[in-house]
Amino acid sequence: MSEYFNPEFETLTRSEIEALQLERLKATVAHCYSGSEFYHKRLDSIGLKPEDIRTLEDLKKIPFTTKQDLRDTYPFGIASVPLSKCTRLHSSSGTTGNPTVILHTQKDLEQWANAVARCLWMVGCRPDDVFQNTSGYGMFTGGLGFQYGAEKLGMLTVPAAAGNTLRQLKFFTDFGTTVVHAIPSYAARLYEVMCERGIDPRKDTRLRTLVIGAEPHSEDTRKRIENMLGVKAYNSFGMSEMMGPGVAFECKEQNGMHIWEDYFIVEIVDPDTLEPVPEGEIGELVLTTINREAMPLLRYRTRDLTRIIPGECPCGRHHLRLDRMKGRSDDMIILKGVNIFPIQIETILMQFKELASDYLITLETLEDNDAMTVEVELSDMFIDDYSALQRLEKEITRQLRDEILITPRVRLVPKGSLPKSEGKAVRVKDLRKQYQ
Amino acid sequence: MTVNQISIFIENKSGTLVKVLKFLKDEGIQLIASTIADTAEYGIFRIICSEPERAYQSLKAAGVAVSLCEVFAIQLDDIPGRAADAIELFASEGISIAYLYSFLLNGNGVLIFRTDNADKAREVIEKNNLKVIPEKDLSLLL
Repeated sequence: MSEYFNPEFETLTRSEIEALQLERLKATVAHCYSGSEFYHKRLDSIGLKPEDIRTLEDLKKIPFTTKQDLRDTYPFGIASVPLSKCTRLHSSSGTTGNPTVILHTQKDLEQWANAVARCLWMVGCRPDDVFQNTSGYGMFTGGLGFQYGAEKLGMLTVPAAAGNTLRQLKFFTDFGTTVVHAIPSYAARLYEVMCERGIDPRKDTRLRTLVIGAEPHSEDTRKRIENMLGVKAYNSFGMSEMMGPGVAFECKEQNGMHIWEDYFIVEIVDPDTLEPVPEGEIGELVLTTINREAMPLLRYRTRDLTRIIPGECPCGRHHLRLDRMKGRSDDMIILKGVNIFPIQIETILMQFKELASDYLITLETLEDNDAMTVEVELSDMFIDDYSALQRLEKEITRQLRDEILITPRVRLVPKGSLPKSEGKAVRVKDLRKQYQ
Repeated sequence: MTVNQISIFIENKSGTLVKVLKFLKDEGIQLIASTIADTAEYGIFRIICSEPERAYQSLKAAGVAVSLCEVFAIQLDDIPGRAADAIELFASEGISIAYLYSFLLNGNGVLIFRTDNADKAREVIEKNNLKVIPEKDLSLLL
């Protein structure tokens, strides 16, 4: 069996990749110009016509697309096809602003499944594997995205979804699961429960491959998880704006994630000047989709900081390799695969008259789990009652959980004990291992 | 019938209590009685002191999370079982004690406490002729 799922695309040389990209970029810009009211106006505003795109360099003439653009055009305003041609909608939560909506045609879904299948094949998945997906399903693209990709590859696919660890373990042993998709902290949790139940992953399960991603993690964390479960763990990168999982994936070399350049044009820019950074240096990842019908995005600012790993990969693929994500160029927090903006937390806190305006969000790795602590100052309206303070803490925790989908530890602190908000206050302290 | 109590919110970490005490020292405020309970994250430091109004204002001006409230202070004869008798009066009326602490005044015990129903507590005190300590007396002790 071939090492490649799509050998005709995966083994393209650099010049072949660039030729294909130019062809697809031209088609994409023409498609956006004729199909999307948003892009039509935007290109008109700078006097750019689709035929002005003659080389890949010409891409730089097109303005960036931002998450704010997606919010401003909520729900369907950026699409390049009529809604009647779309067959799937994914949406981010976003209770504090407009959510973002991503539309797919049937062809988009097929291409997405193909990209995921290609990734899984690359790390050694074959049709005789049993794939268990511990992602949440529903709006979260990690569920259906992996489901369709794993099915496309031909694996027996178990949509176990998130949570219920004991049932996950029963599926491992009963169905002979060989490949698992999980965020790193959940992989560690699975191992913990295996130990409690006397299950030896090496003897009692057939697990051999772990697909991780969504949650930032260090190389040490990967190695520890590999040793715990006796598997190879492969990092992945995806985002719902780009379709979901399948955008970039590690190959067996485990040294950088190949980003599929027949789907995306990659730029790494300085987040302040928006100029390209020198090759190999860290900057913000900007992606242009060139293989999408419903909702192509031109020069989308992902806000993820990374770099291109220079040089050739021994695996034979010439598609660029992205390094592990190094952080964000905005203040978004990624915790347990959930995207959180500090403003969401602030909005909740400021509704409590018992609280002052200073707060501090601390992210840290406890054991193998990432955790969030929210410290917030009490206002002058101090209540002399322990049970009222406890109720207040509980109520803040509950409201935060409803908003950010993660239960933080809430600590009430006296006024004046947190850093003051002079100019740009430090609201987030990230002590997790992966950014160090 | 009540005395002023100052409650200060303090973090449960080393050095925070001494900071508050030093502040009161610098202000020339004297403690008469105090209590603090242990919880995991924070504590409420409750004190009866000289010049509670001034203490409260200066703490507040210094940005301390503080509140001033009224608590009952009743004096008991120096006979075993008087505390039980007194609290039973409240219990039999269905009044709960939120918190309680005590100190000695001229050899007699003084109970400082807060209830969940101040009006009803007042009635019980009046009906049973319990000996309350007026605030001015507390300051005179110093």
